[in-house]
Amino acid sequence: MSHTAEHNEHAGGGTKEIIRITVILTVLTIIELIIGFWMIDIPLSSVGVRLALKGTIVILMMAKAFYIVAYFMHLKHEMKNLIMTIVVPLALFIWFIIAFLYDGNSFKNLRNTYDPYFKEQSTIKVEKKEHGAAEKHEGAKEEGKKASH
Amino acid sequence: MATTATAPTTKSWGGGKSPFNVEYGKVMMWYFLMSDAFTFGAFLISYGTIRFSTNGWPDPNEVFKSFPFAPEGMNAPLVFVSIMTFILIISSVTMVLAVQAGHNMDKKGVVKNLIWTIIGGIAFLSCQAWEWNHLHHEGAWWGSNPFLNHDGTASSTNFTNYFFTITGFHGFHVFSGVIINIIMLIMAMTNKFEERGHYLMIEKAGLYWHFVDLVWVFVFTCFYLI
Repeated sequence: MSHTAEHNEHAGGGTKEIIRITVILTVLTIIELIIGFWMIDIPLSSVGVRLALKGTIVILMMAKAFYIVAYFMHLKHEMKNLIMTIVVPLALFIWFIIAFLYDGNSFKNLRNTYDPYFKEQSTIKVEKKEHGAAEKHEGAKEEGKKASH
Repeated sequence: MATTATAPTTKSWGGGKSPFNVEYGKVMMWYFLMSDAFTFGAFLISYGTIRFSTNGWPDPNEVFKSFPFAPEGMNAPLVFVSIMTFILIISSVTMVLAVQAGHNMDKKGVVKNLIWTIIGGIAFLSCQAWEWNHLHHEGAWWGSNPFLNHDGTASSTNFTNYFFTITGFHGFHVFSGVIINIIMLIMAMTNKFEERGHYLMIEKAGLYWHFVDLVWVFVFTCFYLI
């Protein structure tokens, strides 16, 4: 057992590869953060731009996930059978994500169409007051105290 | 890459021992992590479904804009969470280095890198504790959401419920990862692995630790960036 395992373990690229992956992960994270900072100043009304930037962030996220699983978790250097055993079941997520997000979106559209109360509630702007926030703050504190006693 | 030279001689299992060419414990760790991935996936997809089914959602740059020891009302979105993210990435790197040192039977390297990994894990948990405490003081908790939606409309408690549940579940994983790493450190320091003749146990702990980092990649994106 130890022979075969050892045989396999040395298939990695060593310290050079670790450094390379660290740099890649860092760069991808920094790009994500740059997009995040950029998105702060983009108004909600420009839906398309925001959606495109969010899509880019998700793609970068998948790239990061790939590098962590493939190199840090060493999956890329394992046998094909093991890779398939792990990756194929996780492909279910593709369907999960499409189905559930579509369902959520459809539920929103149905409610906006047929539930006037829901639609109205989501258009009433609430005054953002520092005072109100402070009151809530106090309230939360008191609640916390009550709970702890 | 030089993988072909050292890769297993067969590409698919033709019978005999160890179909995956790794030891039993590692295969089982992979299966556990797969099930854990489905748990986290279910949480995050549920969060996405709820978010897609409502018209408004709080702006993360408005919610997560504070920093420890900063004056009240300071506006520093994304800064604190990027530090948390880098802490976790670096601790993942030191874990890889510990695994690699284990392959070379380098006890000193294993101990040194495990200590760094544990420090990284504790630092991440401290950051999260501070953030939870800060949000709690602002009135955010399960069932209470002081933040407005991005468009200025009233928001529901879904946001805080999901945030605390998912980051809490992830934080618990980090916590158990730190405990596992401390056990590995003690075993390495008491020469348990030297006696066994291999450091394969470190690898399984490493897989778990990388998985924790992997989940954070998703949590970080879903809650703080998007």
